Amino acid sequence: MNNSLLVVLIASGVAYGTPLLYAALGELLAERSGVLNLGVEGMMLGGAVMGFWAVERVHAGTAITLAAALGIAALVGALLASIHAFLVITLRASQIVCGLTLTIFAGAVGLSSYLGNGLNLADIPARKTFNPVFPGGMQRLPVVGPIVFGQNILVYLSWLCVIAIWLYLSRTRPGLNVRAVGESPAAADTMGINVTAYRYAHTLAGGAFAGIAGATITLALTPQWVNGITGGAGWIAIALVIFSFWRPELCLVGAYFFGALQALAPQLQARNISLGPTVLWTNALPYVMTILVLVVVSSGTARRRLGAPAALGNPYVREEH
Amino acid sequence: MTAAPLATDGAPALSVQAVTKRFPGVLANDHVDFEAAAGEVHALLGENGAGKTTLSHIVTGLYQADEGRILLYGEPVAFSSPREAIDAGVCMVHQHFRLVDRFTVAENLVLGDRRGAGRKFRIDPDAVDDQVRELGERYRLPVDPHAHVWQLSVGEKQRVEILNTLYQDARVLILDEPTAVLTPNEADTLFVTLRQIAAEGRTVVFISHKLHEVKAVSDRVTVLRAGHTVATVETAAATPQSLAALMVGREIEVVRRPKHVVEGKEGLLRVDDLWADSDRGTPAVKGVSLRIAAGEILAVAGVAGNGQRELAEAIAGLRPRSKGDVLVEGRPLRNGDARAAYEAGVGFVPEDRLGTGVSPTLSIAMNLELRSFRRTSLGPFLRLRRMHEQAEEAIRTYDIKAPNPEAAADSLSGGNLQKVVIAREFSGTLRVLVVASPTRGLDVGAVETVHAHLLEAADRGTAVLLISEDLDEILALNDRIMVMYEGALSEVPEGESIENIGLRMAGETPAAVASA
Repeated sequence: MNNSLLVVLIASGVAYGTPLLYAALGELLAERSGVLNLGVEGMMLGGAVMGFWAVERVHAGTAITLAAALGIAALVGALLASIHAFLVITLRASQIVCGLTLTIFAGAVGLSSYLGNGLNLADIPARKTFNPVFPGGMQRLPVVGPIVFGQNILVYLSWLCVIAIWLYLSRTRPGLNVRAVGESPAAADTMGINVTAYRYAHTLAGGAFAGIAGATITLALTPQWVNGITGGAGWIAIALVIFSFWRPELCLVGAYFFGALQALAPQLQARNISLGPTVLWTNALPYVMTILVLVVVSSGTARRRLGAPAALGNPYVREEH
Repeated sequence: MTAAPLATDGAPALSVQAVTKRFPGVLANDHVDFEAAAGEVHALLGENGAGKTTLSHIVTGLYQADEGRILLYGEPVAFSSPREAIDAGVCMVHQHFRLVDRFTVAENLVLGDRRGAGRKFRIDPDAVDDQVRELGERYRLPVDPHAHVWQLSVGEKQRVEILNTLYQDARVLILDEPTAVLTPNEADTLFVTLRQIAAEGRTVVFISHKLHEVKAVSDRVTVLRAGHTVATVETAAATPQSLAALMVGREIEVVRRPKHVVEGKEGLLRVDDLWADSDRGTPAVKGVSLRIAAGEILAVAGVAGNGQRELAEAIAGLRPRSKGDVLVEGRPLRNGDARAAYEAGVGFVPEDRLGTGVSPTLSIAMNLELRSFRRTSLGPFLRLRRMHEQAEEAIRTYDIKAPNPEAAADSLSGGNLQKVVIAREFSGTLRVLVVASPTRGLDVGAVETVHAHLLEAADRGTAVLLISEDLDEILALNDRIMVMYEGALSEVPEGESIENIGLRMAGETPAAVASA
C-alpha cells in the first residue's frame, strides 16, 4: 500500500515541496510588506552552497552541525536580501530590476557558482544530512507512515512556520502593522508605523527563509551540491505566493502540489509507465504551471482582485511639498 | 496618557505664533498667527495656495516650521511626526484619506491605537466594536465596524476618519476641505457633527475656501492670503462678501450667466444610450443620452465617482464605449478613437490636468502642439521655431504666467496649467467642448479666467458639456442642468432649488420627498 503511486507521490510531494514552502513563506513576508523580491532563486542558491559548505567545515555533533548550517544559510540569504532592501527601500530603485539582478548576481552563473567551485564542493556527498526523525516502525505504518512520519525535521519545522506566520499576520500587532505597510504605507506612516523598518525586516526575513530553502535542497533533498541546484525552484516559489493569494496556509497546499509534480517524472519512470514523451512533459509541468500563473496574474486588475498587497512594488515616499 | 483636559483654562487650545515655512522658491507661510479656543469651530479660509494646508501640516507634524512656535493649551510643542501630534491629541482628517482599504473599519481604528485594545501584542478587532458603535451613535457617524473600507462610499470613509480621531481622543481636530467629497446634504450632517464635537470642549479647525460653508459652521474665521494672516473675525459679524474681499484682497462679483434657451432639434453633440466601463471593468456609465445645441452649456452636477469621468472620456474617445453612439453634427464618432474625436472638433479639458491634460515633463510649447503637430510638422520633423513663436503668442493671449515657452509644464501652477490646456483645446476647430472639473483647486482669479473662456467658447457657438462637482460653478454657467448619479443622468427642472439638486446628487427624488 505504501508503494502505491498516490502515497509515494504525496510523500515525495511533501519532501520536494518543503524547499518551495520555505522560499514561498519568505517571499510572502516580503510581499506583505510591499516589497517584491524576484531574487529568490539567487538567495536560495546562496543558502544552498553556504549551508552545504558549513556542513563540510563545522566539526561538531550532527545536530549542532546541521543547526549551524541552517543558521549560515539563513544569514547568507538575509545578506543577499539586504542588497535588495537597500536598493529598493532606501534608494527606491525598481523592485523588478533589482530582484532580477540579484538572481543573476547570486545565481548559477554568479556568486553561488564561484563559491561552490572555489570551495570544491561539487560532486561530493554531504557529510551530514537531515534524515527522517521517527523510528522505522512508525514510518512503515500504512499511508500516514511515509507521508507524515517519514519526513525530516525540516518538514515539521516548516509546518510550525506556516502556523506561526499565519498567527503573526492575522492575530498580532506587528502583523497588522506589516499588512498596513503593504497596503497603504501612507496610512501606516501617519499612524506612526516605521514603514522603512518594517520593509527592511520583512525583506531580510524573506531572504533568510530563501536561504534555508536552499539548504533544504543540498542537505535534505538531494543531498549534495551541484551548480544551479535549485533548478528554478525560486521562480516557482514566487508564483506560489500569488497562487496562494498571499496566505501562508495555502502556500503549504500549493508547495506540496508543485512538489508532487516534480516527483511525478521519476516515479513514472521507475514504474515503467509511459505516457508519450513522459520526461518532457512531466519535467516541464511545474514550469509551465508557473508561467501560466504568472501570465494570469501579471495584469494589474487580476492582481488586485486576487488580493495582492495594494502597495506591492511601489516605493514609499513621504508626501512632501 | 491622561484624559484630555477639555475645559478651557485660559490659554487657547491651539496657538500658532509667527510660523514661517519656506519651500524651494516659495514662502508658503510667512509669520502666520492663528489662535483657536477650546470649544469652537474655527474656520481657516483662503484661496488655494494661501498656505492653509501647509499650516495644518506643520501643526500636525508632517512638516516642521522654519520659524515660529506652536502652543497647545499654553504649552510649546514641536511635533516631528504625525504620530507625536496624534499622541498629543492633534489629529487631522486629510483630503486624501489615510485609511487601509482592505482593512475593516475596526482594524483601521486598532492600527492607530496606542492606548487601548491596540497596545497589546495580540490584537482583537472585535474588542473595539462597542466603542465604534457608541461613538457612531453619539456623533451621528454610523458605520459598521466589520465593513471593509473599500466597500464604503466616500462619505462613509470620511466618517471613519473622523471616528478614528475621536477614538484617539483628539482634542484638536483639523479637517482639510472635508466637504469637497460630500453632497450638500451630507455636508449639512457633517456640520452638525462638528458642532457637537466642539460643544464637548474640543477644538475643530475647518479648512475651506467655500464662503457659505464657513458661514454655516464656524464661530470664528481666520483668513489667510498668500501665506499671511489677513484677519480673524467673528463669523456672525461677517458677510460672504466681506469674507471674499478679505480672501481675495478685492471685491469679487458673482458671475451668473443669463440663461440662453437654445432651440436646436438635433443638437450639435448627440449622445445616444452610451454605456462605458470603469477601470475596474464594471459599468460606470449606464445608458446616458443627451443633446447639446450650438452655443449651449449643459452642466452635469454630481458627487465624484458617479461615472462623470468615464462619460467625459467616452465622449472624447479616450475610453471605449461598450454600447451607444456619440454624434457630432450628425456624424458618428468611431468608438475609442481620440484622434477621430479631435478631428471632428471635440475639445477635452480633463479633470486630471497634470496627468491627462498635459505631458508634465514636456515644454509648454510642446504641450500646446500635442494635438496639432500632425498637421503642422514637416514630415517627421517638428517645426520648433514656429512652435516657439505660437507658444509665445498663446502665453500672451491666455495670460499664462510662465518664464518662457520652453519651461516644463509641471513647473506651472494649477491655474496656468489649465490655461495651457484650454489654449491647446481652443486652437483647432472647436465644435464641442467637454470640460471636467475645470476649476478644481484653482484660486478665485484663475476661476474667473477659466469661466470667461468657457463662456466665450459657448458664445462662439460651441456645444459645451461642463461636468463639475462645484454647485456654485454649475449654477453660474449653466443653460441647463443635469445630475449624474450611479452612471445615469437625470434632467433637473428649470429653477430647482439647491437643496433639491443636492437631493438628486444623493440619488433621491425631490418630488417624492416633497409629497411625503
